[in-house]
Amino acid sequence: MDLSGIALGLETALQPENILICLLGVTLGTAVGVLPGIGPTATVALLLPITFSFDPIASLIMLAGIYYGAQYGGSTTAILINLPGESSSAVTALDGHQMAKQGRAGPALATAAIGSFVAGTVATVLVAVFAPQLVSVALEFGSAEYFSLVVLGLIVSISLASGSTVKALAMIVLGLLLGTVGQDLFGVGTPRFTFGVRELYGGIDFVSIAVGLFGLAEIMRNLEHRHRSGSLMTKKIEGLWLSRDDARRITWPVLRGTALGSVLGVLPGGGHVLASFTSYSMEKRLSKHPEKFGKGAIEGVAGPESANNAAAQTSFIPLLSLGLPTHPVMALLIGAFIIQGIQPGPNVINTDPELFWGLIASFWIGNLMLVVLNLPLIGLWVKLISVPYDVLFPAIIAFACVGTYSIGLNPWDIFMIAIIGVLGYALIRWRCEPVPLLFGFVLAPILEDNLRRAMIISRGDPSTFVTRPLSGVLLGLAAVVLVLSVLPAIRRKRETVFTEDE
Amino acid sequence: MTDTDTGARRAARADLCAGGAFVALGGAFAIGALTYDLGTALRMGPGYVPLTLGCALAALGALVLGHGVLVALGHRTVEQESLAPEDEAGPVPWHRGGLLVAAVVVFGFTVDGLGIGVAIFVAAFLAALAGHRNSALKALVVAAGLTVLCLVVFVALLQLRLPLLGEWLGG
Repeated sequence: MDLSGIALGLETALQPENILICLLGVTLGTAVGVLPGIGPTATVALLLPITFSFDPIASLIMLAGIYYGAQYGGSTTAILINLPGESSSAVTALDGHQMAKQGRAGPALATAAIGSFVAGTVATVLVAVFAPQLVSVALEFGSAEYFSLVVLGLIVSISLASGSTVKALAMIVLGLLLGTVGQDLFGVGTPRFTFGVRELYGGIDFVSIAVGLFGLAEIMRNLEHRHRSGSLMTKKIEGLWLSRDDARRITWPVLRGTALGSVLGVLPGGGHVLASFTSYSMEKRLSKHPEKFGKGAIEGVAGPESANNAAAQTSFIPLLSLGLPTHPVMALLIGAFIIQGIQPGPNVINTDPELFWGLIASFWIGNLMLVVLNLPLIGLWVKLISVPYDVLFPAIIAFACVGTYSIGLNPWDIFMIAIIGVLGYALIRWRCEPVPLLFGFVLAPILEDNLRRAMIISRGDPSTFVTRPLSGVLLGLAAVVLVLSVLPAIRRKRETVFTEDE
Repeated sequence: MTDTDTGARRAARADLCAGGAFVALGGAFAIGALTYDLGTALRMGPGYVPLTLGCALAALGALVLGHGVLVALGHRTVEQESLAPEDEAGPVPWHRGGLLVAAVVVFGFTVDGLGIGVAIFVAAFLAALAGHRNSALKALVVAAGLTVLCLVVFVALLQLRLPLLGEWLGG
């Protein structure tokens, strides 16, 4: 392991202002993440604009902090009121909420925090070890390999998602098309699909896409139903500490969950969701009392929470080394990198070593802060959970508008929220998943630039993508994954993975 | 049995609408792309990639449409998951959704002219009106509170350079 890198990272992350920024990120992330119905992706999308006022390192450290905070906040909401913000914390809700009903909310929350911390610590080390190694592979990549890698990433991301494969593919292509809006910077700067609107020359801002899909469209979906309002909390939370018996029972589930999540987190698409579901069924199978699962088994909180958090952490490996997002939040982070003027990919470790290592070191510090911060502040989070939805969603709208506007002072970024929000709502209603669209949008420029560059290098011969060995292997893998995900037998298996124990 | 029937009908409608939307959007992008220089495979112009992608989207949309037709005619059974109860969508909230979109659009139109404070207030008020339990009075209170909150966070704490008074007000 490259110790000088770690040392540089700790030096960067331990600067007082960066510690403060990390703390601020974790706190804000938790505060927004505990709000019912707001998952980590929506939290990061809503808080993105706030981070842009800081310098690149601080802003990315803050974003990473927001992400963990949001994850933990989501688990808190899942445990206390059984309203998981996203599918990965749905598993936590199964036994976590049962524990809360039995008056054991304290131990459930403590288990989530400790499990997340252990998983985060292990996975941070894995990121520090494996990201630089993957970088050295990625540095050998030419344009053809990059193109094929992006294709593979996009295909794998839909193979794990639930629902129709064809629709998911169509959503990716739609995302890619939306990504071509604006000036064609590879060529002579021809404005594309801008309808003569100068404000669109820079393209659609990805914050508008994120806020439209995960803010506006999501609220419209929620307004289809009447919402419960007022306080949903039933019992007071007391006794945050684990008994010796609890500690013994969670040890192995935490470690197994960490191992499982670390591996699955690297997979594009739904690695973290898969990790928490798989960990839950594994713990149930290994348990001597499987009948207790679903009725408040502490192992059912410890395993999935650790798996989820480990996966959240290791999904930074492909992001930092290849510039490839494997999780919707990572796609948002790519956008954040680009706004800060940094092209995410294998060059970051050499051009911005402080950023690369500082970010990794701050992962661990952020995880530590979560434990230190969240258990004492639980009373505050409980108050936030009780905010009624009728107040919450106007706040989301107001924040989304001001935040997005503050990035470029461009009213068209706001209009785009409305357009994307309505389009997203319609498509989600027609059972298309929004996440592939986001992936496609973020990766569109990388895909197009590398395609065009590779074609120039190969003198217009498209066979370059298959004859260059590495590129050929990547495309072959993509084809295999695509075929497998369309085959009915695999599809059925995949559905059971996602519906099991729900 | 009726549950499965309505489930199938809903799945068919979802496919038909989504497929139609993909065909329309893909076609629109492809036609738009034709107005730009296509270039050659060696030196692709600005229209090359969007044209390819637009055609691909239209083709995928046609597949989705075809699947929807098969389901509607009863030739194809619906996958189990599309019948899952949690997928149950309520009626489209035209009125409330319209208010939300109006809130966002009004913000976009007024923020330069009237300044950030007024724009937030109007947007938050319109959005709050969409709530299931919010009266006009309650919406006013919520909007006022949110305006203060946003001003404190974005202007006082983050010190972002936002237009406090719009150009229509001489700001």
